[in-house]
Amino acid sequence: MVLTKRIIPCLDVTEGRVVKGIKFVEIRDAGDAVELGKFYDEQGADELVFLDITASSDKRKILIDLVERTSEQIFIPFTVGGGIRTVGDIKEILRAGADKVSLNTSAVKNPNIITEGAKIFGSQCIVTAIDAKRVYVNSPEEALDKITIKLSDSERYCWWEVYIHGGRTPTGKDAIQWGIDAQNLGSGEILLTSMDMDGVKEGYDLDLTKIFNEKLNVPIIASGGAGNPQHIIDAFKKGRADAALAASIFHYGEYSINEVKKLCQKEGIPMRL
Amino acid sequence: MTFYIAIIDYEMGNLKSIYKLLEYLNIKAVISSDPKEILNANGVILPGVGAFGDAMMQLKKKNLIQVIESLSEDRKPIFGICLGHQLLFSLSEEMGTYQGLDLIKGKVISFNLKNVEKVPQIGWNSVKFELKDHYLIEGIPNNSYFYFVHSYYVCPKDEENILGTTEYGTTKFSSIVFKDNIVGTQFHPEKSSKYGIEMYRNFINYCKK
Repeated sequence: MVLTKRIIPCLDVTEGRVVKGIKFVEIRDAGDAVELGKFYDEQGADELVFLDITASSDKRKILIDLVERTSEQIFIPFTVGGGIRTVGDIKEILRAGADKVSLNTSAVKNPNIITEGAKIFGSQCIVTAIDAKRVYVNSPEEALDKITIKLSDSERYCWWEVYIHGGRTPTGKDAIQWGIDAQNLGSGEILLTSMDMDGVKEGYDLDLTKIFNEKLNVPIIASGGAGNPQHIIDAFKKGRADAALAASIFHYGEYSINEVKKLCQKEGIPMRL
Repeated sequence: MTFYIAIIDYEMGNLKSIYKLLEYLNIKAVISSDPKEILNANGVILPGVGAFGDAMMQLKKKNLIQVIESLSEDRKPIFGICLGHQLLFSLSEEMGTYQGLDLIKGKVISFNLKNVEKVPQIGWNSVKFELKDHYLIEGIPNNSYFYFVHSYYVCPKDEENILGTTEYGTTKFSSIVFKDNIVGTQFHPEKSSKYGIEMYRNFINYCKK
């Protein structure tokens, strides 16, 4: 018996309801957040992630209400992200019953929020979410100040650039280096989203997941690209992820979590069943 | 007097999730640092997330160390969770050496990256029951999964205090302990779905006896 790999459905929420952006633009409605969360708990979800994609301050109360309702009915760990800007915001969300917060834009702009948050609430509840997009180069010499790797499926090289503001703003920052920094600042986990693969349903960016796993000691949650169970199996076996996050393949009932977990177990991946 | 459970509040960690779980089980609970309120409870939960040294300092500041000691002398049911369970032990090596509550003999030590892949251990791991009969594990299958988040673990001096064990990497550690009126889990039953809920139910039933 060993520590199992985790399967985490992600619920993009706005005003308490679940949506899933396809490549961050097109949005479809997929139901009530707490109901869906409960359903996933019964199906064997190992954790839940709520990402508040509106994240405007006037809608904050609705998010807090959602967090409270969730913590009253669901007894697995859950993470809340989206629009968290200050240590005060972290406190408010954890107080409402969330187990972890995920920080993205605010952590890039002010890395100190990771350290402060970890110091007050513990590293275990500070997840740094990184939206990373490939930047292809012909040789590592073209990007000497970046961590480049040779891609497994081509002769090309790439590094990954950090994007913020829900994937709209490139930062020029090296995602791998940022992951290492976030860990050293006190982040307990990394939620790693491939912007190239997100919404495409052709599998996770395995090179990205793998290099993060090699360079960091904290758990890596792979995100972006799951279209079928094999993609999740690959994220664990080839990408060596500690957890796989997925949305649409579960939301639209294409596969149940239990079904995916059984397939993973068949492939020798330790699962909680 | 009404039956209630006291969750000790010493400003370390998320007490709300335990409170909500008890509420879900229709059990009256108070989050409290008031000695009287804690001493009068039918059972006490010692939660906690954070660093061992800070936690002991907080307990001391709030004059709760004595309160917990007298609970123990009165044989009141005590349930330590995660850091709260580590605090039950004699001492910890987390960032220095700190004295614990010493209700169970043994010490708290860190995972070593030579033996495990990642620190902290975060996620679901299974618990092997070392005893067949104990109220806390009633109705829960052996090797069930529970949710762990920790970098340190306990080494009880007496093996007879070990109720459950877990393997992480090549390290096998004690994940449920017990002694007289005291139980403790390294994992978070309040985050471990149905079997975690069952564990709280078992504890409450014990408190009712």
